[in-house]
Amino acid sequence: MKQPIYFDYSATTPVDPRVVDAMLPFLREDFGNPASRSHAYGWRAEEAVETARGDVAALVGADSREIVWTSGATESINLAIKGAAQFNRERGRHLVSLRTEHKATLDTLRELERVGFEVTYLDVQEDGLLDLDRLRDSLRPDTTVVSVMHVNNEIGVIQDITAIGNLCRERGIVFHVDAAQSTGKVAIDLAKLPVDLMSFSAHKTYGPKGMGALFVRRKPRVRIEAQIHGGGHERGFRSGTLPTHQIVGMGEAFRLARLEMAVENDRIRMLRDRLWSGLSTMDEVFLNGHLEHRVPHNLNVSFAFVEGESLIMAIKEIAVSSGSACTSASLEPSYVLRALGRSDELAHSSIRFSLGRFTTEADVDFTVQLLRDKVGRLREMSPLWEMFQDGIDLNTVQWAAH
Amino acid sequence: MAYSEKVIDHYENPRNVGAFGRDEAGVGTGMVGAPACGDVMKLQIKVDESGVITDARFKTYGCGSAIASSSLVTEWVKGKTLDQAMTIRNTEIAEELALPPVKIHCSILAEDAIKAAVEDYRHRLSASDQTA
Repeated sequence: MKQPIYFDYSATTPVDPRVVDAMLPFLREDFGNPASRSHAYGWRAEEAVETARGDVAALVGADSREIVWTSGATESINLAIKGAAQFNRERGRHLVSLRTEHKATLDTLRELERVGFEVTYLDVQEDGLLDLDRLRDSLRPDTTVVSVMHVNNEIGVIQDITAIGNLCRERGIVFHVDAAQSTGKVAIDLAKLPVDLMSFSAHKTYGPKGMGALFVRRKPRVRIEAQIHGGGHERGFRSGTLPTHQIVGMGEAFRLARLEMAVENDRIRMLRDRLWSGLSTMDEVFLNGHLEHRVPHNLNVSFAFVEGESLIMAIKEIAVSSGSACTSASLEPSYVLRALGRSDELAHSSIRFSLGRFTTEADVDFTVQLLRDKVGRLREMSPLWEMFQDGIDLNTVQWAAH
Repeated sequence: MAYSEKVIDHYENPRNVGAFGRDEAGVGTGMVGAPACGDVMKLQIKVDESGVITDARFKTYGCGSAIASSSLVTEWVKGKTLDQAMTIRNTEIAEELALPPVKIHCSILAEDAIKAAVEDYRHRLSASDQTA
């Protein structure tokens, strides 16, 4: 079977071939341990690690000494939130975050609740954005950490981290931002942003999986407790032998993002808008999340009266993901879409298209035609579509829930 | 999720998609499930004077397994008496389609749809007997 067209760049991106080329020497002849101070193998690896650290820092306007290598955004988020909460636990035990956060954040917070912290999970508005008044009202004298994602993985909306950070700064609260989905998509300048900790992933930005970083601000200095011990690597923040090839990959991926993101984002925005203008001519199609305050790469659409998983089966020629329960291990539809106030039915009917570096105009045009055909076919099979056509308001029907 | 060949076949070539007029003589309509749960099945049977199901139609909103389960039961009920149709069990549907455990509820829904359609037919029949 021909490989489906890839529209799932928010799940992961292919490693850019230029990144692969940069990594390979460090799996072959330059295999040294960057912690080896006694010979050229180690020196060579250490130099590569520090070059990469500079490239990661440069994309986000940080000092390279503020970058700590981790195994990915999930580990960065754990280190940031647990590390800051534990360091400040004598000062307070209240943490604040959003309902629409990634599970890496939500499950970390749940774990902290288990060991005695209290967490406020804020609702978002219908467009997916945080209402600042709601945040302000939630902050207390014993609040120590606020964690908010920069760009949402499902709906692509961009939170106003400047305004959120300012609220935290005024109160001496540590502010962590999950930026896994935003590097290379949104300009980030940590020299100006009021952010204390920021988590990064390599594989969402054309780097390798299993690699991430955490920004830990030096001025004003942010203190966190290490979560992984043994050897004192990364100035004690995160022990473990550094994976030189992975680090080089992340550095090269972030360097390319810095050089190319402006041009690339214009092109992707044009493609995304072309996709939306093609899909939105169909009846009863709804965009999830704010139209403007979102990254150009994301289009999350509900096709009413069609169930998401059966739609995904019908569009095997493209690789997308769905907010439908049936595509996940649980039977609950997307908690992110439900947090926007979308009905369960529209959450079940949602498809996330995420575009990226290798998406073409032909891919988009093919997808528009495919969706028109298949949504039409499934609606012909849908009793809900039939009722809608007959003018029945589905909200007034007495359903036998099961 | 990996589907069995039978599910894919029913999904791609669903049998008996469509609708009879709800008020047509000899028609029973069952609608089960809820949009919030991600699946709604509408099953219709056409019954002759001797109480044998001669034809069936379905429309389903739901995942591939839900569509396949309802397509399958439209084939199975044809030629059966109402009582025979009422003996179709979800376990037989699940077995025939090799549904994974997480999809068993689709077969339960299909069984419920048969029962609802038969009950609707019987209800309408007794109502028309009383008015006759």
